[in-house]
Amino acid sequence: MFELIGVPPQALFGQLLLGLINGAFYALLSLGLAVIFGLMNVINFTHGAQYMMGAFCAWMLLTYVGIPYWGALVLAPIIIGLTGVLIERLFISRLYHLDHLYGLLLTFGLALIVEGLFRREYGISGLPYSNPIPGGTNLGFMFLPWYRGWVVVFSLTVCLATWFVIEKTQLGAYLRAATERPDLVQAFGINVPRMITLTYGFGVGLAALAGVLAAPIYSVNPVMGANLIIVVFAVVVIGGMGSIMGSIVTGFGVGVIEGLTKVFYPEASNTVIFIIMAVVLMLRPQGLFGTPR
Amino acid sequence: MTMERARSWDLTVFAALVALGLLAPLVVYPVFLMKVLCFALFACAFNLLIGYVGLLSFGHAMFFGFAAYVTGHLAKVGTVSLPFGLPFLGWRWLVIPIPPLTPELAILGGVLVAALLGLIVGAIAIRRQGIYFAMVTLALAQMVFFLCVQAKFTGGEDGIQAIPRRPILGALDVGNDFTFYYVVLAIFCAGFLIIYRTIHSPFGQVLKAIRENEARAISLGYAVSRFKLIAFVISAALAGLAGATKAMVFQLASLTDVTWQMSGEVVLMTLVGGMGTVFGPAVGAAIIIWMQNYLAGFGEWVLVIQGAIFVVAVLVFRRGIVGELVAFVRRRTAKAEEPAAAIGLAKPAA
Repeated sequence: MFELIGVPPQALFGQLLLGLINGAFYALLSLGLAVIFGLMNVINFTHGAQYMMGAFCAWMLLTYVGIPYWGALVLAPIIIGLTGVLIERLFISRLYHLDHLYGLLLTFGLALIVEGLFRREYGISGLPYSNPIPGGTNLGFMFLPWYRGWVVVFSLTVCLATWFVIEKTQLGAYLRAATERPDLVQAFGINVPRMITLTYGFGVGLAALAGVLAAPIYSVNPVMGANLIIVVFAVVVIGGMGSIMGSIVTGFGVGVIEGLTKVFYPEASNTVIFIIMAVVLMLRPQGLFGTPR
Repeated sequence: MTMERARSWDLTVFAALVALGLLAPLVVYPVFLMKVLCFALFACAFNLLIGYVGLLSFGHAMFFGFAAYVTGHLAKVGTVSLPFGLPFLGWRWLVIPIPPLTPELAILGGVLVAALLGLIVGAIAIRRQGIYFAMVTLALAQMVFFLCVQAKFTGGEDGIQAIPRRPILGALDVGNDFTFYYVVLAIFCAGFLIIYRTIHSPFGQVLKAIRENEARAISLGYAVSRFKLIAFVISAALAGLAGATKAMVFQLASLTDVTWQMSGEVVLMTLVGGMGTVFGPAVGAAIIIWMQNYLAGFGEWVLVIQGAIFVVAVLVFRRGIVGELVAFVRRRTAKAEEPAAAIGLAKPAA
C-alpha cells in the first residue's frame, strides 16, 4: 500500500472522515448556540445536556415504544425542542432584563440537573444503539461506512437549510430584524416573545438532532454532552457568533483539523482546538467570522 | 452606611470569625474545617474577579488544581523537568534538581506557577468580555485538564498520592491535623486580607469603575486591560494558594480539582454566599462543603441538588445570603435615618 506524507492513507482518510463527523456535530451545535445567542443574548449551557437528551430520546423511543431510528430522527428533536420551549417559558424568560451572565449560570444549573438525573437513572457506562444502515463500501483508498457518510451529508444539509431559512426567507428576515431591534419589530406587530420561545425550541431541536445522529456512532451516555459542549464553546469563540455560515464553516473546519491532528500528532488531538482558539483570540479577538463591537 | 462604618463593621466580623476559627477545631473535625477554609479562599479569589471586576471566569479550577499538582510534586519529588523545543533537534528536557521541599516552599512554588498560568490565560482571555470571557476561560481550563491527564508528573488517574507533610521551616511539626489546621487558618487569613486590601485600595476602586462602566474607565485614561490582567493574576495566584494548601491538607492532588465541575462549584459557592460581598464567598463555601459532606451518600443526587440551587439562586436569590443580609441591614438603617434626613441633619447617603 502506498503512503501519503508518511501516513497510510487508510488512517489518514479514516481520521479525516471522523473529523468531518465530529465537525458535523460541532456545526449543528454551534449553529444552535449562535441562533439562540443572536436573538436572546443567552449562552445556552444546557445545549450539551440537550444533545444528550436527544440521543436518549432516540434510545427510549426504540426501547420502550419500538420506534426505529428514522422515526426518532423526526420525533426526538420535536420532543426535546418542546422541553426547550418549556424551559424558556418557565425559567429563561425571567432573566432577559438582567446581565447575560445570569442566563449562563441558569442554563449551567439546568445542565447539572439533567445530567444528574440521567446519571442516576442510567449510570455512566453508556447504552448501545444499533446502526440503522450497517455496512459500507470500499472506495479504494478507504472504507466508507454508509452510516457515517449519511451523518456528514445529512447534517450538512440541515445546516445549509437553516442558513437558507435565516438568510433568505421572510421568516428569517423577521428573525434577523428582531436580533437587531426587538422593540421596533414588536412595534410592527410581530410577536417577538413567541418568536424567541420558538427560536430557543428550534436551537434545542438542532442539538437533539445532533444527539440522535450521534447515538449509533458513540454509545448513548449521560456525560456525552458535558465534555462536547466545552469544545463547542471553543468552536463558537473561534468562529465568532456573528454569522450563520461562519458557524457551519468553523464547525466542519475545526473537526477536520482535529482529525488531522490525530494522524500527525496524536498527543495534541485533545488540545488542538483550544490552541486554535487561543491563537485566534490573539490575532482576531472577535473570531474568524465575527464583527468587532 | 458610610464607607468607614462599613469597613469597621467588616473588621469586627472578621475578628469574630477568626476567634471562631481558633476555637472551632475543639468541636469540629479539623480536616473538614481545613477543607472549608481552602474552598473559602478559593471562592474569595474567584469573587475578586466576578464581584469586583465583573469578569465571570468559568475555569478557575485550572489554577486551583494545577497548583495542587505542582505543590504535591515539589513536596514529594522535588526535581523539576521542563520540556523545551530546539530547532531540528526536537523536544528536550531541562532538568532542575531540587530536593523534596517543606510544605511552605512547596505551596509557594504552587502559587508562583498558578500566577504564571494566570498571566498566560489572563492575557488571552481578557481580549473578550462578558459571556465570551466565560467561554474562553472554560475552554482554556479544559485544555489544562487534558494537559494534566497526559503529563507524566501528575500521575494520570491516580494523581499524586501520599504527599509528605514535612516540618514547616524544618522546625514546626505539622504531621497531625490539629496543628496543621492553624497553619491553614493563617494561610486563609493572609489570603483573605490580601483580597480585602486589594478591593479597598485605589487599584480596587479602578476595578469597580471598570465593572460599572468599562467604556468610561477607558475614556478616563485607565489602561483597563492592564488592570484586568493584574486582577486576574492575583485571583489566579490566590486560587492556586487554596489548591496548593488543599493538596497539603489531603496529601493528595488529583484530576478532580482541575475538572470543569470544580470550576462550576466555585461559581456556585460564590453565587450562594453573595457575589461582590466580602464574606459571601466564604459563607457559600462553608454551606456547599457542608452540604456535600451531608449528602455524600446520595450519589448523583448531589449533582441534581447543586443544579437546583443554581437555578433557584439565579431566579430568586441573586444577591446571595450575605448580599441579602447586607441589603436588609441597609434598608433598616435607611429607614432609621429617614427622619433625621428630613430635617437636614444626616450626612448625604454614601
